[in-house]
Amino acid sequence: MEYSPENERQSFRELLNQANELSTSSLRDEVVSSLYQTSQQICSRTVRFTKSKEDKKTERLDAIFTSPIWGFPIMLIMLGLIFYLTIAGANVPSSMLANFFTWLEDYISMAFFALNSPDWLHGVLVLGLYRGTTWVISVMLPPMAIFFPTFALLESYGYLPRVAFNMDRLFKKVGAHGKQSLTMAMGFGCNAAAVLSTRIIESPRERMLAILTNNFVPCNGRWGTLIVLASLFMAAGFTGGMKTLVSSGVIVGIVIFGIFVTFAVSWVLSKTMLKGVPTHYTLELPPYRRPKFFDTIVRSSLNKSYAVLMRAIKIAAPAGILTWVFANIYIGDTSIFMYGVNFLDPFAQSLGLDGYIMLAFLLGLPANEVVLPILLMGYLSTGSMLEVDNLADLKNIFLDQGWTWLTALNMMLFSLLHYPCGTTLINIYKETKSYKWTFVAFLIPTVIAIGVTFAVAQLVRGMGWV
Amino acid sequence: MTTNEVYRIALAGNPNTGKSTLFNALTGLKQHTGNWAGKTVSLAEGSVHYKKNTYRLIDLPGTYSLYSNSTDEEVARNYIVFEKPHVTLVVLDATSLERNLNLALQVMEMTSNVIVCVNLIDEAKKRGIEIDELKLMRQLGVPVLKISARNKTGFPALLDTIDRMIRGEISTSPYAIQYNDETEGKISQLVPNVKKLVGDRFPSRWIALRLLDGDTSLLDEIQKRMHQEEESTWNTVQKTSGSHLENF
Amino acid sequence: MNLYEGNKGDRIRIKEVAIEGVMRRRLLDLGFVPGAVVDVLKKSPLGDPIAFRVSHTTIALRKEESIKITGELIQDDNE
Ligand SMILES: Nc1nc2c(ncn2[C@@H]2O[C@H](COP(=O)(O)OP(=O)(O)OP(=O)(O)O)[C@@H](O)[C@H]2O)c(=O)[nH]1
Ligand SMILES: [Mg+2]
Repeated sequence: MEYSPENERQSFRELLNQANELSTSSLRDEVVSSLYQTSQQICSRTVRFTKSKEDKKTERLDAIFTSPIWGFPIMLIMLGLIFYLTIAGANVPSSMLANFFTWLEDYISMAFFALNSPDWLHGVLVLGLYRGTTWVISVMLPPMAIFFPTFALLESYGYLPRVAFNMDRLFKKVGAHGKQSLTMAMGFGCNAAAVLSTRIIESPRERMLAILTNNFVPCNGRWGTLIVLASLFMAAGFTGGMKTLVSSGVIVGIVIFGIFVTFAVSWVLSKTMLKGVPTHYTLELPPYRRPKFFDTIVRSSLNKSYAVLMRAIKIAAPAGILTWVFANIYIGDTSIFMYGVNFLDPFAQSLGLDGYIMLAFLLGLPANEVVLPILLMGYLSTGSMLEVDNLADLKNIFLDQGWTWLTALNMMLFSLLHYPCGTTLINIYKETKSYKWTFVAFLIPTVIAIGVTFAVAQLVRGMGWV
Repeated sequence: MTTNEVYRIALAGNPNTGKSTLFNALTGLKQHTGNWAGKTVSLAEGSVHYKKNTYRLIDLPGTYSLYSNSTDEEVARNYIVFEKPHVTLVVLDATSLERNLNLALQVMEMTSNVIVCVNLIDEAKKRGIEIDELKLMRQLGVPVLKISARNKTGFPALLDTIDRMIRGEISTSPYAIQYNDETEGKISQLVPNVKKLVGDRFPSRWIALRLLDGDTSLLDEIQKRMHQEEESTWNTVQKTSGSHLENF
Repeated sequence: MNLYEGNKGDRIRIKEVAIEGVMRRRLLDLGFVPGAVVDVLKKSPLGDPIAFRVSHTTIALRKEESIKITGELIQDDNE
């Protein structure tokens, strides 16, 4: 037979037809059961069990971790504990880093003046680039270096599948897949990576739900903002350990609210755009394995520190420069930055925020890490105070700008609920190959963030609470 | 014999059997690991140098089988069949060998360059599970090694075996599952026609079996592959590792 | 009886898996094959899914699936 693409296609089709004729469903079963019988046979000849009992330790632990009474409280306590450790442990190193960088900034500035460098250069490099980068590092690095190792320990111990086991019923109720708990847990680290991890969900419909709602778990880039705001404004009346406890409580509350929104959105989508019933589900519960304590801690904290540093250099540095430039180029007597702020302000005010915050969120699209630094640079470029030595100074900056606890709460809510970062959106596009769904992934959180903050602002103001 | 060559070694196995842990231990990289099924979802590559050769290790997603029920399975299957790694390391969990062997048997239907690693041997010992690896080796017809990826035991023998397999010093005779007469009859009917189309490029018995199993997407994949054999293979894997979401 | 009806501690030998398609495949892959012995381990705090021990691994199934896997209760004596 002469070769031609047409001939080839023809013979492939013939082969397929022949196969289809021969194929029966009993044949499929036969294939799998032959396999199973073979491996059973081989195992019976080569494997010996010298202890009669199965893994009792795992069973005993599961009796606690998935207990009808203790299962859910333990999940809450674990979550709270992680945040407590993170906040308590990060406080001191964070302010040490901040102090160090401010101290260093003085010397760098002196060097600039000594070299007679022009003001704008000092502005761009020190007030823009240096401050933007060091802010991200001192606010993000310490919490991440504690949060992730702790989380990694839980993960390598085998606790995550138990969470999925406990929560499955809730996910089923809203039409989602039980393994969404696992992809959400990955979201705590990074939403962009979590979007890839949704591949463990086989059904396309449920996988899409997991992708569209993943953003409602706060990631790496948002923990810093949440932790700073919670400890400055939500636990203001407390001191010491109590303060940490209240801040962690607030953050747990925020996380739970995010989970609640996830359920609500999944439910609505299952009834509308992504109609369908929950498909099949199997979940393996591996035995608990004691993690290699030291290895896990060192590896994950080094990894995360490295990741934070790289993000700071790649994104925070240019963002810092850009912000400074925008804040210092004047058209008439108003800077470009202020044009943006003024433009956004009325809308932002109705959400309980202000124009600076809104602009910071917009400019923070590439990475959530830079939202807080951009906000601060925005404030500093107008305010009287020019240096932030510690968290107390920070709070004064906010208060100077008319912040109340409502502003902080709504900024936290907006941070939790708003559109996914640029990297996440790119990954969503790569996974779905669809502009439509990528846009939906942008739209849903945006609408919800605006709706929720608006409602909260109106309620709080209406009741005269601020 | 050969020096300074680059050989590709794929790591296949059930989820959560320690493939990424082994990958990290050998390459010094830091693929994420975790005690749950499905941690790795895309391919990762890293290299190991051993006796003047470079091994490119490919950490495949863990799968329960290779029947392409899911994207992961397709990625793993396509890699083993179409990218033809020089060696496929099948990583098994010593504490649940029965289910794990299933996958090993499936891989052995696809390629004969297989090495079986019985991992988590430390856990198995703790639980009083004894595995006779020599007997297992004779039964399976491919090299079997006990390792603990986490404690880094058993690596020298493993690397040595890989080296010898690459140099052609090990000839394997992978266990070929005999199905019942009816199925075998159908297989022999199809095999000649499969051979006519794909030649010796791909394992024809395995393809026949998959076709009988109703795997229609396989033929499309084969057709696609035959036209782009020259193209960079890596890209094609990346593309197919996408998703089924496109149908939406 | 089906797996869903099993109580904690029950040991069931599977007779039939009345599920078709990909899910059947997946269940067979995991060891829910006719003839296999399954231990009922425990229910999730909210009642569903249920965890089973099958071929030395622990697998949780939702009611939708476990109700379609039938078998017979066997005496708990031999390993
Ligand atoms: N005790 C012990 N634990 C191990 C060993 N190898 C791996 N582990 C643990 O097993 C778990 C799973 O390891 P991974 O390397 O993530 O498994 P994987 O095969 O890559 O899993 P998937 O990516 O889901 O397919 C981790 O918690 C490891 O620490 C070993 O030799 N002994
Ligand atoms: Mg892995």
